[in-house]
Amino acid sequence: MPKDSSIKKVMVIGSGPIIIGQAAEFDYAGTQACRSLREEGVSVVLINSNPATIMTDTEIADRVYIEPLNVEFAERIIARERPDGILPTLGGQTGLNLATQLAEAGIVEKYGSRLLGTPLASIQKAEDRLEFRSLMQEIGEPVPESWIIEQESQFAEPAKSGIWPLIVRPAYTLGGTGGGIAYNEEQLYEIGRRGLSLSMRHQVMVERYLAGWKEIEYEVMRDANDTAITVCNMENFDPMGVHTGDSIVVAPSQTLSDKEYQMLRTASLKIIRALGIEGGCNVQLSLSPTTFGYYVIEVNPRVSRSSALASKATGYPIARVAAKIAIGLHLDEIDNAVTRKTLACFEPALDYCVVKIPRWPFDKFTVADRRISTQMKATGEVMAIDRAFEPALLKAIRSLEVGIYGLVGKASAQLSDVELEEAIRVPNDERLWAITEAFRRGMMVEEIQALSAIDPWFLRKLKGLVELEATIAANKTILSAACNRTEATSEDEPVCSLLRQVKKAGFADRVIAMNVGVNEAQIRTLRKRLGILPVYKMVDTCAAEFEAATPYYYSCYDSENEN
Amino acid sequence: MKAILVLEDGTVFEGKSLGAPGRTYGEVVFNTGMTGYQEILTDPSYAGQIVSLTYPLIGNYGINIDDFESRRVQVEGFVVREAESVPSNWRAKSSLHSFLKDRRIVGIEGVDTRALTRALRVRGVMMGAISTEESPEQVMQRLKKAPAYASKDLNRVVTTEKPYVWPPYTSSLPDLAAVNNSEPELPLIDPTHRIALLDCGVKYNIIRSLSALGCEVTVFPCTASTSEILSKDPDGIMLSPGPGDPATLGYVVETVKGLIGKKPIMGVCLGNQILGCAFGSSTFKLKFGHRGSNHPVKDLASGRVYITSQNHGYAVDPDGLKDGMEVAYINLNDGTVEGLRHRELPIFSIQYHPEASPGPSDSSYFFKEFVAKLPAR
Repeated sequence: MPKDSSIKKVMVIGSGPIIIGQAAEFDYAGTQACRSLREEGVSVVLINSNPATIMTDTEIADRVYIEPLNVEFAERIIARERPDGILPTLGGQTGLNLATQLAEAGIVEKYGSRLLGTPLASIQKAEDRLEFRSLMQEIGEPVPESWIIEQESQFAEPAKSGIWPLIVRPAYTLGGTGGGIAYNEEQLYEIGRRGLSLSMRHQVMVERYLAGWKEIEYEVMRDANDTAITVCNMENFDPMGVHTGDSIVVAPSQTLSDKEYQMLRTASLKIIRALGIEGGCNVQLSLSPTTFGYYVIEVNPRVSRSSALASKATGYPIARVAAKIAIGLHLDEIDNAVTRKTLACFEPALDYCVVKIPRWPFDKFTVADRRISTQMKATGEVMAIDRAFEPALLKAIRSLEVGIYGLVGKASAQLSDVELEEAIRVPNDERLWAITEAFRRGMMVEEIQALSAIDPWFLRKLKGLVELEATIAANKTILSAACNRTEATSEDEPVCSLLRQVKKAGFADRVIAMNVGVNEAQIRTLRKRLGILPVYKMVDTCAAEFEAATPYYYSCYDSENEN
Repeated sequence: MKAILVLEDGTVFEGKSLGAPGRTYGEVVFNTGMTGYQEILTDPSYAGQIVSLTYPLIGNYGINIDDFESRRVQVEGFVVREAESVPSNWRAKSSLHSFLKDRRIVGIEGVDTRALTRALRVRGVMMGAISTEESPEQVMQRLKKAPAYASKDLNRVVTTEKPYVWPPYTSSLPDLAAVNNSEPELPLIDPTHRIALLDCGVKYNIIRSLSALGCEVTVFPCTASTSEILSKDPDGIMLSPGPGDPATLGYVVETVKGLIGKKPIMGVCLGNQILGCAFGSSTFKLKFGHRGSNHPVKDLASGRVYITSQNHGYAVDPDGLKDGMEVAYINLNDGTVEGLRHRELPIFSIQYHPEASPGPSDSSYFFKEFVAKLPAR
C-alpha cells in the first residue's frame, strides 16, 4: 500500500527529560522520525518539554512546541494545529503515556485525529505482565514459570512443578531483601516463609531461575501488510541477571549456531505478529547454554535504547523506517537509505563485530552502590566497530573516557584474591577489568566461567588480550630499540609483525608505549615508519554485496582501504 | 603455514593455512550469512566452488554432529578472515580447523574477505585457487590450465549412487548399509505420502522437512529415468537443488518433462531452473549470484515479502516461459525470478531454500503446501 494520502500533518510527541536509565535514544529516534516524515512530504508538529535536544532544533520539525508534556497543553496544540495523525511510539514511555491519556480523554477523536503506528491495544498487551504471559501461552512461546504466593500452603504448587532452581522474591521489600534461590523443596519453604514475613504485603513471587543463561535480543520490524524482518540480533556478554542496558553487548551474536539463531529469530517474528505491532520492537530472550531451551523475557513494543544501538550497529535506521510504516508505507516501498538501490525490506548482513559498553555515572555519584543487576544504572553507552571482538572491545573501552585505556582497570589490581573473585561473581562496573586482572594472576578460563557464567568464548578473547599485552612487555627491548632507529634495518622485521598483530588486536599506542617504557608519540612514529596504519571500511548494511551511496566508516588494521 | 588465494584475474590474497595443506581450485563465490558455516560447507550446491564468508569470525560454535546437509564437505576450498580455534557451544564436537583438516579440505584464513567480496561484486565471480605450496606465478599457471566451473557434470558427482528410502518422522541419516546394499527395509510407520526425490545435490533438510510431515522419501540419482521414478508410484515429485550450470542438464529436463501432468511437482533452487527449462525457458548466469540468509523475496499474489536463504548463481529467464507456467515470486533487490507456479497443474518451484539450514525458516510453509497437493493414500 502506498503512503496514506489523508495524512498531511503529524504531531510527534517527544520524550521529555532524559533520565537515568536512558541513553538519549528517544531524541535520536524522534529526530530520525521527524526527518523521515518530512521526506514523505508530511508536515511535522513536535511537542517536547526538553529544549536541550536535537529534535527541538528548528530545522528538524516544521513547528516546534516546547511545552509541558501533559493533556492540557497537548490538547491546546492539537486544537490549534489539527494534525491528521499523532505519532507516540518514538518518545519512549512518556510519549506513550501521554498518547494513552489523550486517547482515553477522547481528545484525539474530538479533533478528528488518530494515533499512528502500533495500536495502543498492542502496546498494552506487550506491557501488561499477565496479558503478555497469556498471549505467549496462546502462541506457544515459553515464558518462565512463575507463581504469586500469599500463604505458605501455596508453595506446594511450585514445589511439585519439578522446576529447580527457583528464585524467591518477596514483594515490596527494599532492594529485594529476604529473597533467595531454592534448589530443593526444603530450601523453597525456608526462603519462602522468611520472604512472606519480610514482605509488607505478605506476598512473594516464585519464578524459574535462569542464572547463567544467555541473554539474546532481536530487533524486529513489521508493517501493516504483515511483512516482518529482524534488523539484527545481539548477545549479552553478561548472562541473565544484569539489565541489558547495564550489560556489555555484542552484535551480532557470537556463540549461537545457525539453528539457535534461527530458532530465536522465528520466535521473535511470531511474537511481533501476534502483538500486531506496526513499526519496530525489541524482543529479549533467554537461551540455555546447554540445550535448545529458551524463554521469552520481555518485549519493548516501540523504539528503545536497544533499537538505537541496533540502528547504529547495522546502518539500518529503525526509527526512520518505523515512522514511514506509521503513515502506511510497506517495508518494500521504503528505500534502504545507505545503498539507495535496495529496499528497507531485508535483513542487514554485518561483516564486522560491534561492542557496546554501558557508561555508568559512578564517577559523579561516588558513594553509589556500584553493583549492577536488574535495574538499569547506566546513563549512557559507547559503541565501537571493528573486524573482530578484541579491537572493538578495546576501542569501546577507550571511548568510555573514564581514564582506562586497555586491560588495566582502576581498582582491581589492589584487590585481594578473595575480593577479586567476589568482583567477578557479583556484577559491577569494574567486572571486565577484574576478569583481566584475574587472568594476569593466572586464573583459568574455567574458574572465571564458574564464577561469572560468562561464555568461555568471551573469556578466552580477554585471556588472549592479556597474553598479548604480556608479549608486548616481554619484547620491550626490541620495541624500544626500534623506536630509537630512524632507518630501516633487518631487525625491524620481528618488530613489524608484532606491532601489526598488536594493532590488529586493538591496543592503543598509549598502552603499547606504557608496556615498552617509551612515550605514545614514539610508538606512533615507529608505526608510521613501519607503515602500520589503519584502513577504513564501510558500514553498508549488506557486507559489500551492493554498492553503498551514503555509508559510514570504521577504522581497522586490515588490508584494503575503502576511504 | 602460509597460504595464498589467487583469482584468475591475477589478484593475490595472502593468509594462513586453514584445514589441510595443499592446493585446490574452483569458482570463487561469497556468502553473506552470519551463521551456518557447517551447513554451507556440506551443501552439495557448493561443489566446484571455493566459498568465502563475509562474516569475519567463523568457527565460534564449532562443528556438531547434527547440522550436516550431506555426508561430505562439498566445497572445494574455504576462505575466512578469522577462524576460531577453540569453539564454544554445547553441541560442538570439533573445531572448524580440525574438521577441515580431517576431511582434507584446503582453506585459508586471515584474508580480507571484504576486499575479496568487493572484487567479486565488481568483476563478477571467477575461478581461483588456494595453495600452501606454490608461488602466485605457479598458481596462475595452474589456473590457466584448469577447466572452467561446471565444465564437468557436478550433479553426477554429488548425487546418490543408488536409490534409497528415508522413512517418515526421521531426522537422522538413513543407515549407510541400506544406501549401498540391496533394497532398504520397510519402514515401521506407514507414511502419509510417498515422495520421489530427484537428487541433483539434495540437502538433508529438504528430506527431513518432508519426513517430519509424515512422508516417506525415495531418493533417486539424477540419472534416473522417468519410468524408473514412476515405477515406484510416488504421490509427488521433489526436484532438489544442486550445483552446476542448469543449461548443461538437458537429460534431467527431459526426465522432468515426462513427469509433468502425471504427478504434483515441487522444485527447489536448481529444481526451479529445471522446471523453468522444462516449460520452455532458459537460464542465465548472475554476475555474483545470490548467496546468503537475508534475500527479500516478494510473493506476487499476496504482496508479502519473505526473508529467504539463497544459494544460486543462475536465474530463470522469465520471457521464455510457456504452457501455463508463470512467475510467482521475484527478488526485491534485482527483480530476478525467485519462483514459478503453474496456472492449472499442481506444479510450483522456488529458487530459494524453504528448508533453511542455514538461514531463516520463513518459507518452510512450502513443504506443507506441497504435501497438501498430494492425493491421500
